[in-house]
Amino acid sequence: MTGDITRPRTPGADLPDHPDFLWRNPEPKKSYDVVIVGGGGHGLATAHYLAKNHGITNVAVLEKGWLAGGNMARNTTIIRSNYLWDESSAIYEHSLKLWEGLEEDLGYPILFSQRGVLNLAHTLQDVRDSIRRVEANKLNGVDAEWVEPDEVRKICPIVNTSADIRYPVMGATYQPRAGIAKHDYVAWGFARRADEAGIDLIQDCEVTGFTTDGNRVTGVQTSRGTIAAGTVALCAAGHTSVLTDMLGFRVPVQSHPLQALVSELLEPVHPTVVMSNAVHVYVSQAHKGELVMGAGVDSYNGYGQRGAFHIIERQMAAAVELFPVFARAHLLRTWGGIVDTSPDASPIVGRTPYDNVYLNCGWGTGGFKATPGIGDAMAHTIAHGEPHPYVAPFALDRFVSGALVDEHGAAAVAH
Amino acid sequence: MSSSFRTPDGGRIDRSTTLEFVFDGQSYAGHAGDTLASALLASGRHSIATSVKLGRPRGIAAAWAEDPSGLVQIEEPFPEPMLLATTVELYDGLAAHGLPGQGRLADVPDSARYDAMHAHVDVLVVGAGPAGLAAALTAARAGARVALVDEQAEAGGALLGSDDRLDGSPAADWVASAVVELAAHPEVLHLQRTTAFGLYDDGFVLALQRRTDHLGGAAPRHEARQRVWRIRARQIVVAAGAHERPVVFADNDRPGIMLAGGARTFLHRYGVRAGSEAVVFTTNDSAYAAAVDLADAGVRVAAVVDARPEAPGHWLAACADRGIPVRSGSVVTGTDGDERVAAAHVAPLADGRPGDAEPIACDLLLVSGGWNPAVHLFSQARGTLRFDAALGAFLPAEELDGVAVAGSAAGVMDLAGCLADGRRVGAAALAALAVGAPAEPALPAADDAPAGLGPMTLWRVPDGGDGSTSFVDLQRDATVADLARAAGAGLRSMEHVKRFTTIGTAHDQGKTSGVLASGITAELLGIPIQATGTTTFRPPYTPVAFAALAGRDRGRLFDPERTTAVHDWHVAEGAVFEDVGQWKRPRYYPRAGEDMEAAVLRECAATRSGVGILDGSTLGKIDVQGPDAAVLLDRLYTNLMSSLKVGSVRYGVMCGVDGMVIDDGTVLRLAEDRFLVLTTTGGAAKILDWMEEWVQTEWPELRVHLASVTEQWSTFPVVGPRSRDVIGAVFGDVDVSNEAFPFMTWRDTTLGGVPVRLARISFSGELAYEVYVSSWYALAVWERLVEAGRPHGITPYGTETMHVLRAEKGYPIIGQDTDGTVTPHDLGMAWAVSKKKPDFVGKRSFSRPANQNPLRKQLVGLLPVDRETVLPEGSQIVEFRDDGRLPAPPVPMLGHVTSSYRSAELGRPFALALVKGGRARIGDTVHVPVGGTLVPVEVTGSVLVDPEGARRDG
Amino acid sequence: MQLIECPWCGPREEVEFHYGGQAHVAYPEDPAALDDEQWAHYVFYRDNPKGRFAERWSHAAGCRRWFNAVRDTATYRFESVYHPDQPKPVIP
Repeated sequence: MTGDITRPRTPGADLPDHPDFLWRNPEPKKSYDVVIVGGGGHGLATAHYLAKNHGITNVAVLEKGWLAGGNMARNTTIIRSNYLWDESSAIYEHSLKLWEGLEEDLGYPILFSQRGVLNLAHTLQDVRDSIRRVEANKLNGVDAEWVEPDEVRKICPIVNTSADIRYPVMGATYQPRAGIAKHDYVAWGFARRADEAGIDLIQDCEVTGFTTDGNRVTGVQTSRGTIAAGTVALCAAGHTSVLTDMLGFRVPVQSHPLQALVSELLEPVHPTVVMSNAVHVYVSQAHKGELVMGAGVDSYNGYGQRGAFHIIERQMAAAVELFPVFARAHLLRTWGGIVDTSPDASPIVGRTPYDNVYLNCGWGTGGFKATPGIGDAMAHTIAHGEPHPYVAPFALDRFVSGALVDEHGAAAVAH
Repeated sequence: MSSSFRTPDGGRIDRSTTLEFVFDGQSYAGHAGDTLASALLASGRHSIATSVKLGRPRGIAAAWAEDPSGLVQIEEPFPEPMLLATTVELYDGLAAHGLPGQGRLADVPDSARYDAMHAHVDVLVVGAGPAGLAAALTAARAGARVALVDEQAEAGGALLGSDDRLDGSPAADWVASAVVELAAHPEVLHLQRTTAFGLYDDGFVLALQRRTDHLGGAAPRHEARQRVWRIRARQIVVAAGAHERPVVFADNDRPGIMLAGGARTFLHRYGVRAGSEAVVFTTNDSAYAAAVDLADAGVRVAAVVDARPEAPGHWLAACADRGIPVRSGSVVTGTDGDERVAAAHVAPLADGRPGDAEPIACDLLLVSGGWNPAVHLFSQARGTLRFDAALGAFLPAEELDGVAVAGSAAGVMDLAGCLADGRRVGAAALAALAVGAPAEPALPAADDAPAGLGPMTLWRVPDGGDGSTSFVDLQRDATVADLARAAGAGLRSMEHVKRFTTIGTAHDQGKTSGVLASGITAELLGIPIQATGTTTFRPPYTPVAFAALAGRDRGRLFDPERTTAVHDWHVAEGAVFEDVGQWKRPRYYPRAGEDMEAAVLRECAATRSGVGILDGSTLGKIDVQGPDAAVLLDRLYTNLMSSLKVGSVRYGVMCGVDGMVIDDGTVLRLAEDRFLVLTTTGGAAKILDWMEEWVQTEWPELRVHLASVTEQWSTFPVVGPRSRDVIGAVFGDVDVSNEAFPFMTWRDTTLGGVPVRLARISFSGELAYEVYVSSWYALAVWERLVEAGRPHGITPYGTETMHVLRAEKGYPIIGQDTDGTVTPHDLGMAWAVSKKKPDFVGKRSFSRPANQNPLRKQLVGLLPVDRETVLPEGSQIVEFRDDGRLPAPPVPMLGHVTSSYRSAELGRPFALALVKGGRARIGDTVHVPVGGTLVPVEVTGSVLVDPEGARRDG
Repeated sequence: MQLIECPWCGPREEVEFHYGGQAHVAYPEDPAALDDEQWAHYVFYRDNPKGRFAERWSHAAGCRRWFNAVRDTATYRFESVYHPDQPKPVIP
């Protein structure tokens, strides 16, 4: 070095370093008390809370690829709890409260930034739905407010609030405590804590089948051998159906590609998170300065982690319509994840036809924000053999009784 | 600034044209044909930016899109962030500055135009270098429809940056003749400045054409600045070339350190000497050409440092001729310098470790660590890659259906080989298409490539330290030390390593750094590079402006605007419009000094006391015809439609299979085998699709056909006690009496020879007639109605008044008073659910346990006790609190306000609401939180005006 | 974006099509005869295989006709398209 580091660093264009050690790469043992299938955010968080809250550490997390390489690595990191129904806002608000202490809990700079989220309303019905949701949120103790267009402009000056767009902004719901976090940091924070507790994180370990005895699963067959399991938790998101097909029961989820994209690094221009359903896009500016965006799922079932480009083009049109200053930002990278969507756009969590197998799926596009909340609730469910009250409403049997938690019908906001 | 580094002649620039530009506030000049990078280098400027994390000076490190370093912000003529100086064609008036990692967006909208074009071709060739041209010529001569796209300003590819000769002449001559020949083929689409950036299924390629960027401020405003080509190709030939890659060593990031091939391109293409005193560090033969050519152009080449134990004989001789010392078995271990490299530290390599280093002064350090075939598009097509040890690079490992790779993209690294490979792959594409017998072009003869030595795979030179100044990704300031930390942290997947170090995440998406990171990580982990592999290649190949992808789909063209035949009349009357789906509907017609409330109260009162007229043309209309039309409707509506008499009208509700209401509306039976189904405005397309789906996929045996006639028929409800007078006056031949034309019937008539249908349908409870007429004549009929109504004070009203009038009668709006969780029973419409029919869609769901819950939400009316508060729609409802205060959250909710208005008729505000067990609560008082207070409201039945239905007959 | 073979119109761009989920799920002969669980399976449950899947499509922006297809949900590749009244083809 010749001492030439003399110039100012670009603010925000840098991220905190990761720790020097993250996790071991152990060989799988022959048997574990708990085997979690799926080393994504939910699986890793479940592992962490099993150890932390319940002292259960004879646990393996099986990941067919690389840890947190599925939707955890592919989502747009929006965190909020302003869901309509009591059941939904309860689990997401529980999660949000955990997010608020997560950096300390994990000892990891997860870059949780409570910069607020605006859900824009573009039609009179959007306005009604928004106020309905805000009023419900308030009564449920979730911070939420309805803001008029001039206030939208104050919160996020670059939103086009003029009347000269196809669907003018008529206002928005605003949740100040909402925000974003850095997904890899979150996943790795959970993984590191789980590893420290002695939990085995086993990568390149694909589940190929299950050994069963009556209505119990006794072993998990994997590409790295059969592993005996006391309890099995399925946290495989888009691949849930592949597992339940092996187990011989059905879950009403459909796996769809969901694409997202990112721009190059830009000077700070977008201070919050903006979501719009009518002009379909959701956008934030991540810590380094890149614009991160997503929109709707590709319509067909797909496990390809990729989608069609017209979805991206439509999303860009929406982005430029709402944010004219984005015109010459550049699309840097697109990718796709696999989201498991349920009939009522709410998760499916809890018991299965097997006594010792618990299910956690159907989060659709909402999985990331739920990560600590569902990890905590799943750990509780596994430890007590009883669904945690937060997840009880999301049981599989609601599709038989008809007691759905219909978030897409009512809230008109996805993601 | 002078152009002291410009050669006296040569290059493909137009020296007769001088272009003035400003960089970092300083004025420069260049020539037409320059890039910003070549013009800066010609002026001796290397350092153009500082690095993102460490603030180290950075320069131009390559000649095209693989440059990891030379990012600039354009300021004039219009701000654009994060472009590479190497790919910005110079224009007069350009103003730019270097970027420390983050770009800046303009704060004003971009007025440039963008658009898209489609092309369908037999063969798409990506890249107009030697392989691509050979492939395109082969396909074109066989008569195939060909598209040839290339990202540079002119065809030629690598030939533009060399002094190669073909058939004894400069290769450019052959390129020019090939371009001329292609232009003569009518079926050839040849696009330069066009980057194929994404390859999707079934031969779908997206390419961005930069049409006017190179014109700067002189770009014609009417012309689309950039165009996205959506190319569907039966066969794709990827001839995208190869990217040179560097070798990593300490302080390898200083300005003046450049890829050898880049320096050669600057020389041959732009007539620019990238320095005056050069050291060349290589692991392969290709950099010798740069050394020799630069020496011939007057650059003092202080040394060629070849990591291989032996240097190739041919090049040794060429160097000797020019007095260039060649140090084989040696490496560069580090550099000196500040704003510019000042010396290279050169050391012998023994057993893979460098010995003592000796500084060699230089202001240009050229590096070549071999070549990475540009496999991006192939990889996007999910082609697998293999590491080729001889080449030291990842190559396509398989043949893909419809996607072939040619030339250096396939690892063919000599000119004659590339030409032959292009022709071979072009011919293979034709064979796959079974397009005639290709008249394969004769290929020009390339000079014999000198016998050479194979490359050595060297990812990095150990720096004896922690590698913290050995940069792998210059743009991300990521080093060998970062890779070592990642490996030490337990990371084994390149995807993890990428995320840990951020290598490959910058604008270039790892074009030079990706494979280096894989190689070094493999070394650190002691595993073969095949085991680490690469990270996934994702679209786009190079960054694409958002606006280019948005194209024309902005502003009014973002989504089609649908307007009724009477739209201009509404505009002239000063209507305020509401977006309903894609439709523009008049919401109300304010008079001078009126706000919405005043206007709506007036419209409501006028309609209930006299007569009003609404443009209801947006209602969905579906013509259902066929012998089984009634059977179909019986299966889809909750109530019975087959019993409807010809000439009559019936209201009906449709549910999904889950038993939830999806739409409602009236049905007119036009004949035994023909119905007109009316849907909600927003539900029109959805319901037609719904009906089609059942007919086609479940009940194909039904003889029934469906057609949307929404646009064909305009619909005008004429509403109020005086409506009979108006209708009677306009349609004199129709007996409009109750006896002759009772409620829920329809009649056909004509007006001036134009067929008109009248229907006694009321969405307000008042006497009303709906007038249906072909949209061609709609405006005339509307004006007649308004004229005839004038004596009665006919009042045009919009959706807001329509909503008030229907809400006063407790008629729900599907989608406003329902939300996909509401059954007909919840709406109090058990009367519309047939008990006679054995089945209809949704029926079975009604008997599920959740449907029996007495606490289901039911539609009721609400009357604020204070007779003053208009409850905001969406307000939540809670139990009555004696103390008038809310308890701490969570507060149980009873339901929500779905519709709320001030009623002229009632003289007070009222609302509709979905309330848990609502009908059992009629008469109760509950609370609605509004702002900070709890508003007491009385729960009532949902019908608040004329519950006896006395007014419908006038 | 894929090129989808409409059995009536020929190959057309993916944007012209509407996806209809699993094929060959017939409306029950007698819904009233089903118990709640059986009915729930008809209403809400569809297969979700990774791999070959027989599914429904409609050429929504074209001929507006429905058809069935066997498609691989991992590669997205269409292996067969056929009329709604035809049985699921046997693909080796």
